[in-house]
Amino acid sequence: MTPRYNFAFLDEDTKRMLRRALLKAVAIPGYQVPFGSREMPLPYGWGTGGIQVTAALLGPDDVLKVIDQGADDTTNAVNIRRFFSRVAGVATTEHTADATLIQTRHRIPETSLREDQILIFQVPEPEPLRTLEPREAETRTLHALADYGLMHVTLYEDIAQYGHIATSYDYPVLVDGRFLTSPSPIPKFDNPKLDRSPALMLFGAGREKRLYAIPPYTRVESLAFDDHPFEIQRWEHQCELCGSGDSYLDEVVVDDRGTRMFVCSDTDYCSGRRVEAQA
Amino acid sequence: MTAALMLELRDLSKSFELHQQQGARLNVLRGLDLQLHAGECVVLSGPSGAGKSTLLRVIYANYRPSLGAVHVRHQDRWLDLAKATPHQVLEVRRHTLGYVSQFLRVIPRVPALDIVAEPLVALGVDIQQARRRAAYLLDRLNVPERLWQLPPSTFSGGEQQRVNIARGLIVPRPILLLDEPTASLDADNRAVVAELLAEARSAGSAVLGIFHDEDMRDRVATRLFPMQALEAA
Amino acid sequence: MSALLQVRDLSLHYGPRIGCEAVSFDLHPGELLCIVGESGSGKSTLLNAVAAQLTPTAGSVRYRQRDGEWLELGALSEADRRRLAREEWGFVTQNPRDGLRLNVSAGANVAERLMALGMRHYSQLRNMASSWLERVEIDPSRIDDAPTSFSGGMQQRLQIARTLVTQPRLVFMDEPTAGLDVSVQARILDLLRRLVNELGLAAVMVTHDLAVARLLAARTMVMQGGRVVETGLTDQILDDPQHPYTQLLVSSVLTT
Repeated sequence: MTPRYNFAFLDEDTKRMLRRALLKAVAIPGYQVPFGSREMPLPYGWGTGGIQVTAALLGPDDVLKVIDQGADDTTNAVNIRRFFSRVAGVATTEHTADATLIQTRHRIPETSLREDQILIFQVPEPEPLRTLEPREAETRTLHALADYGLMHVTLYEDIAQYGHIATSYDYPVLVDGRFLTSPSPIPKFDNPKLDRSPALMLFGAGREKRLYAIPPYTRVESLAFDDHPFEIQRWEHQCELCGSGDSYLDEVVVDDRGTRMFVCSDTDYCSGRRVEAQA
Repeated sequence: MTAALMLELRDLSKSFELHQQQGARLNVLRGLDLQLHAGECVVLSGPSGAGKSTLLRVIYANYRPSLGAVHVRHQDRWLDLAKATPHQVLEVRRHTLGYVSQFLRVIPRVPALDIVAEPLVALGVDIQQARRRAAYLLDRLNVPERLWQLPPSTFSGGEQQRVNIARGLIVPRPILLLDEPTASLDADNRAVVAELLAEARSAGSAVLGIFHDEDMRDRVATRLFPMQALEAA
Repeated sequence: MSALLQVRDLSLHYGPRIGCEAVSFDLHPGELLCIVGESGSGKSTLLNAVAAQLTPTAGSVRYRQRDGEWLELGALSEADRRRLAREEWGFVTQNPRDGLRLNVSAGANVAERLMALGMRHYSQLRNMASSWLERVEIDPSRIDDAPTSFSGGMQQRLQIARTLVTQPRLVFMDEPTAGLDVSVQARILDLLRRLVNELGLAAVMVTHDLAVARLLAARTMVMQGGRVVETGLTDQILDDPQHPYTQLLVSSVLTT
């Protein structure tokens, strides 16, 4: 642990501000709470929102896991994990089941989460209506009035253009029947895991200075049309490493001739299955 | 004669104030009284400039009278159009007061048949039924069937005038105001119009009109109402 | 017949400047009222104040909604005002690009207001969008095209379809034909005339064009300097104008 920093990098007042915002976010599921986002020692887009939430929650006994697109060993994940072990000295893990806090970029682990775990999402754009309505004052009003017809315009366009709802990630959800919410750019494959999850889910957008939350066991509904219901991605392949047929698969190019293989995007889940299979 | 009184003008005056010409004042009608009964056809006579068209327009509430009253029997109640609200005037025009001018005001792109049918449709009559009635009138007025589906903007003056008459007569209104509706018609078609007017009268309509053509005037008029031009004041 | 809209002594000031001053009128169901006047006469200000798009300085606007209840617009919450705008009203802007969503297809533009009312059946939305494109004389095969690929006249017709698809009871129109060629204008006016009749719409339309008023409106209000100087039957106002300003307006019309 590097002693020159306060525990978990942020000063205690900032953490208190963040915790207050988080409490409000939990109290109003799906509502975007503004907060005083701080300069962090990494650029916007690298998870400054998620890191601040993690820093505000982290205690000395926590075990931290960080994933990026499901993987524990990519640059973003490794950097953030190392950052917190240096500034907070907490234990880190790659095993979903062992973690108390999991910071994630663009995935929800395949392993089911528990009530004693918190999942923290890095969010680039917290406002699901932004592409159609650039005015912040107007989107806030639309949220206040739960006037969400606009969101279906995007889905309509998808079907009109592709014959089905082609939005495959950052698929809009309605939280607790009230607030239209961006689930962050997770694949829509993960959307069902948001619904009534035992784990608390927190979302931080550093550049946009917004926090929001999906408390445990909250109803989360993916938008759809009556005649075009919500569907998740399916693959004709199985993971070529662990043989899983029900996890989210990445298509990986493995050589210069364009040979491809499909593997689990969740590295911990995949290696866990392989260890089990060998045992 | 005991026919019902349909229209009564009392002490009617109309002058125009022309603000664009240094407030010049043009007196056209002064202290005019007139009664019109069901079944009669009164023809306004007098030199041009006597205010005959102006009088019809004042009665139709197209012009606002400067003084006096325009009492109209509308659905068995008397109403002074000089004091009526716009909504009342529209109601009277829809049901009671018809006006056929010399010129058809064409509506772009609307076929002749629908232009004629429109006043009936506005009263809530089914469009197909209204078109049948319109077709009957156009046919009687010798408007060739090939023209019915065309907008009348390209029609000849006589054809437009006959479309206009059909439109003006399609709703059987108790009072008809006619401002030289036959000016560009040939003798045959004038005869048809005279017939139609006779039919309207025998159905109880009161007609007040301007007909310059003496033959037409003699054929339709039951009474003449002479008018004189006022001196410019 | 009872009025649909009652405007009483409505004033809107921009600081010391008068937008509109002490305007009163009633609008009945199925009636189209034109507000005419030259640029700066306050007609658009009045329209926006009546449609609750701008907040009046004084006066009242009352609207009788579908269930017969009278609403005082000034006392409505933002939520209720928007509900009204969504469910019972429509607004057609002069520039169709202000009233359309340009980055989504024509079909989505028409369907949006239906989706705002909670319609969630794609095929039905699509069918309605398609039949409305036809009603405004846009080839339904262009349903998936972007409005940016449409001509100005088509865009305006698309905006009309988008506005009328929810069958509003009251439509506000701000110079809907002003930016268009004369021939295109005639087509839109005819379309509006037909749709207003078919749907029994009540409408308030702002125009500087007296011919538009003659063609569409039974009643007309003439505005000058924020005040109504003359009001009455359209043909009365155009054929027998009383006020000096109305006489000037009428005499300035080019006749062909």
